[in-house]
This record gives sequence, structure tokens and C-alpha cells, in this order.
Amino acid sequence: MNDTIKVAAPATPARKPKAATRYAELQASKPMIECREVHKYYGDYHALRGIDLTIREGEFFSLLGPSGCGKTTLLRTIAGFEGINSGVVLIDDKDMAAVPANKRPTNMVFQSYAIFPHLTVAENVAFGLRRDPRSKAEKAAAVDEALKMVGLAGYGKRAAHALSGGQRQRVALARALILKPKVLLLDEPLSALDRKMREQMQVELIKLQRQVGITFVLVTHDQEEALVMSDRIAVMFEGQIAQLDYPEALYSRPVSRRVADFIGVMNFLPVTILSEDADTIRVDVEGLGEIDLPHSQVAAKGADDEQPMIGFRPEAMNIFPEGQPQTAPRQNGAVIDEVVYYGDMTYYDARLDEADGTLSAPVRISMRNVFGRDIPDVGTRATVGWSPSSLILFR
Amino acid sequence: MKGSGLRIYAIAYLIFLYAPILLLPIFAFNSGTIIAFPLKGFTADWFMQMLANETLRRAFLNSLIIALSSAIFATCLGIFAARASTRFDFPAKTGIMGLIMLPLVLPEIIVAMSLLVVLLAIGVQLSIFTVILGHTLICLPYTIAILSTAFNSLDKSLEEAAYDLGETKWSAFRLVILPLVMPGIISALLMSFTISLDEFIIAFFLAGNEPTLPTYIFSQLRFPKSIPVIMALGTVLVVMSILLLTVAEYFRRRGVARTGGQDHGGFL
Repeated sequence: MNDTIKVAAPATPARKPKAATRYAELQASKPMIECREVHKYYGDYHALRGIDLTIREGEFFSLLGPSGCGKTTLLRTIAGFEGINSGVVLIDDKDMAAVPANKRPTNMVFQSYAIFPHLTVAENVAFGLRRDPRSKAEKAAAVDEALKMVGLAGYGKRAAHALSGGQRQRVALARALILKPKVLLLDEPLSALDRKMREQMQVELIKLQRQVGITFVLVTHDQEEALVMSDRIAVMFEGQIAQLDYPEALYSRPVSRRVADFIGVMNFLPVTILSEDADTIRVDVEGLGEIDLPHSQVAAKGADDEQPMIGFRPEAMNIFPEGQPQTAPRQNGAVIDEVVYYGDMTYYDARLDEADGTLSAPVRISMRNVFGRDIPDVGTRATVGWSPSSLILFR
Repeated sequence: MKGSGLRIYAIAYLIFLYAPILLLPIFAFNSGTIIAFPLKGFTADWFMQMLANETLRRAFLNSLIIALSSAIFATCLGIFAARASTRFDFPAKTGIMGLIMLPLVLPEIIVAMSLLVVLLAIGVQLSIFTVILGHTLICLPYTIAILSTAFNSLDKSLEEAAYDLGETKWSAFRLVILPLVMPGIISALLMSFTISLDEFIIAFFLAGNEPTLPTYIFSQLRFPKSIPVIMALGTVLVVMSILLLTVAEYFRRRGVARTGGQDHGGFL
């Protein structure tokens, strides 16, 4: 078994997980989905390479990764659309090996929504109730309730094919949730929506999940979407889980350079390790100088190549025109190469002064724009302020 | 005027296509026995003769039975083949599909002759049943072509969604896939019906003593006095074709509207 699969419990997250009380509750709830040593092959292609994970009841869990990393395969494995070659998938403590997709306590929202175009909205939502012994009136009431829940009250008689993308998405949700599954699986549900709609649906999905209390498993390649919506995120590369953590821990304490690169923007500067003792590591960072870092700021899995690197987020540094007073514990001179204005934020590409008079590799720094404060110009000199506590050492 | 050359070409083209067909009803109602202008007078006699002609009625009935049966057989087999080829991967798929589609490009006379040889060799009595077999064979590639398009245009997740919602594989197919490919099925039925109805060579080789419409019409062309009756028959067939086409187009458009697809043209 490859050692990159086992993921240690989040090593003292830099910040508390959001809604810490919520996560404490989730940790106390029972496991809903358990995957143990799951392997899946397509011919010679090893799609899932020993997946181990536990998703708890009521959790909003995301599988995040680039295309081809196996996240959708894992979701379809849980749904029962794909068999596995070895390992165990348990849902609610029951082995799913012999249970086909139509008998599993899971329902899926497909990437294309898979709304039946020849049926009305109400017929779509009621589709899964065909084998339900309840009376017609009771079923109709259930359909109305489900449509109301997703904000489509009164849409029942409409033709499904006449709906907009966002409405289809809601119908797909209502159609799955009306069956009260134990787990709702969402395969890139927001990727077909435009940006505004997507942001709105993210918030609505969170609300809906809290309201129904069902375990949600979301597949996405959009790191922002995963960070916004999830209680925990599993980052996957090449059929393995690279890191499984709270969104905050994932962002501030990525275990490897690859994860750091995938989640948001991360600056990397090459370092030389000078000395190491029980408490700290002394490093010399290009552009930043000598720093003592505690071991808690060393990434668990380090750099993927030999060269040790220091990583930091764009917002970990401040940048001001040269000469303006700053409060940051460490300060460096820099030259601004590029200024990208986003309205609320500005991104700067800057190169830091080296001790020998040369400049470092460019780093990206983001600053929230404040009314009345000038934005430094391209080509001018600036002062960059930072704190050693925001750095991560990948070695 | 810009493009007038093309306009004249288009008009000439349409005249060339449809003028002969327009002549059918004209001579069908002409009281003269010779197919030539000037016209003599109006009569419905030829239609009466047509209805009274027992061989013709029999040929018509035979053709109808053959066309209906081969349309149904070819479409059913086409559904299986198209579904298998669009949904599943199996060994030698390309080869098998190629062999099924081969009659599309094989000269019909070859098909007819080899079928005749085989049928005679195994001692099957020639009848309209043997014609149905032959027609099913040549209609199959057309139905597969039409139905593959219909099956291919379906989102694969539709079936999975139905399965996920608790249906069995069969009921998912019946409740979701079948209604959505219905326009394709109707197209395939009509296409093979039309192909079978006017097919001559296979019918001529395999029908034995039974007449079909095309073989009957061919046999009557030798007798000048029966030509006006053929004209009347032709008129009836043209009217029937137009009706059939209209019905087909109505269902096709309704299917497109119901599933909310874009109308990419059809027959009309």
C-alpha cells in the first residue's frame, strides 16, 4: 500500500475550523459512508488506488481534484454505478458489495441534471415514488413539499424541458431528496451554471443540507466551491487522497506542494536549510532572509521534488509604497512588476530585494483596496511586510 | 438581378422533379386510352377499373402486408442493434455492425439472387413470407442508422438517473429511453415501410407466384390498355405518400417540441 494514502488527523489547524461547534457535533455522529482500501481498475488503468475515508452522518463532504483524479469514479462507486475490484464500501454500516444502485440508500444529482425531458416538473419529482405504496394525494403533497423546499413551488405543471439551468438543478435536487436518501451524491452540480447563479446555488445548497440533515457528498474540480460549501474536503490526485481536512486547514496548512498549488494561489520561494534542532528549523529564504520556523510550520509531506521551498499565500503579505510606515514584524524592499486591479482587491507581482543586490523570483501579493489609499504603480519601489508565522516549509 | 441564374436553375430542377408526378393524376382522369396530349375528357373510370381488378387488389394487399411486417421486424431488430452499438462495448463490435450495415451498399440484385439460391437450396416455398425476410434484411441498415442517431442523442445519465431513483434496468428503459426515442422509432417504421412498398428486385425474385404492387405494375406495362389504370394507381399511391409524410412530420415535430430539442429539420 502506498504511504501517501493514509492521512493523519489535521495537524493542529492554524485556525479553528469554521463553525467549530458544528464540526464537534459531526465528529460525534456515526459514520455514514466508509471506504476501506478501495481499488478500482478500468482494464490496466488503476483509477482508485486504495481509498480510505469515513464520511459522517449529516456531513457536507467534498471530493476535490483535477479531472481524471478519480473523484467521479469514487462517487459512482458509492452510488453503485461502478463496481470495485477490491476493498469495502459501507453505507450506514451495511456492506454495499451486493447492493445495486437502485437499491442503495443514495440518490444522485447528475452533472447534466438528467431531467426527463418528456415529463412535467411534478412527474420528474414524483418519478422515484412509483413504487411507493402511498396514495396519489399523499404523493402529490410530497411532491409539492419537495418543490417548495427547493424554491419551485407552483412549477409542478411546467414542462421540464422549458426550465432554465438553475431550475433544472432544483428539480434534480427535489427529485432526489423526495426519496429521503441517507446520502445525496452531487456530481459537479454547479459546473453548468454561470458565475452568479453558481454562487447563489452554493449558499442555497448549504442551507438545504442543513435543513434536511442528509449527508451530502459533492464532487468538484472548483476549489473555491469546495472551500465555500464543505465541512471537510478530500483532495485527490491520481486515484489517491492527498489530503483530507477542514477547508481552513486545507488552505492554511496544505500537506504538500501539490495540494498547496491546487488550492488557491501559493507563492513558492527556494530555501536553504541552515540548521535544525528540536524546536525550530533555521532556513535562508531567497528574498526573505534567515528565519527560524517551528516544526508545526513544516508541511507533512513536503516538496514533491528535492528543492525545499517556502510557501505563502498572496494575502500573507502587505505591500505599501516605499517609505510608508508599517507594523509587520518583518519588512523587505521590493520592486513592483505588475498591478492587477480587481475592484475590491489588487494583485501585485513583486520581486524582493536580495542581500547581494539582486532581486528574487516574482511573488504574488494581494491587498484589499481601501478608499483613499493609493495603489502603488508598476515599476516603483515598495515595502513588503510579513510575518514568519504565515510561512510553510515544504521539504 | 443577383442570383437569377441560380433561381432559374432551382425552378427548372423542381419542374424536372415534380412534373412527371403531376402528369399521373392528369392522365388518370383523362378518358383517352393513349397517354398523350391533347386530353380527351374527364372520367373516373380508371379508378373504378382499378378497384374492380382482383389481381391488383391482391397485389396491393400483399404489398401492404409485406411492407408492414418488414417495417415492424426491421425496426424491432434495429432497436436491439442500435441500442447495443450505442450503449455497450463488446468484442468485434465494429466488424459486426459493419456486416449488418453491408446490405446498404450491396447491389440488391446480388442480395436477391443469393437469397433465392439459399431459399431454394434449403427448400423454402417462395411466398410473401420470403419477401418479408428479404425486405427486413435490406431495411435493417436504414432503421439502425436512424435509431443509432436517436439513441446517441440521449444523455446517458437519463437512464442512470431512472435506475438511481429505484427503477429496474428494464423499467428505466421503458419509462425514459423508449418515450424519448419514439420519434426515431416512428421514422424508422415509415422509412422501412416506404422502402419495402416500392422495392422491386427482391419481390420479383422471392415472391413466387404472388404479385406485389411493383411487380404487378411492371407486368402490366406491356399492355397499353391497362396503362391508364396504372396511372390511377400511381395517383392513389402519391396521395397516400403525402398523407403518410404529413402524419410522420406531425409526430416528429410533436416529439421535438415535447422534449424541448432544437428542430433540426426533418422530412418537411
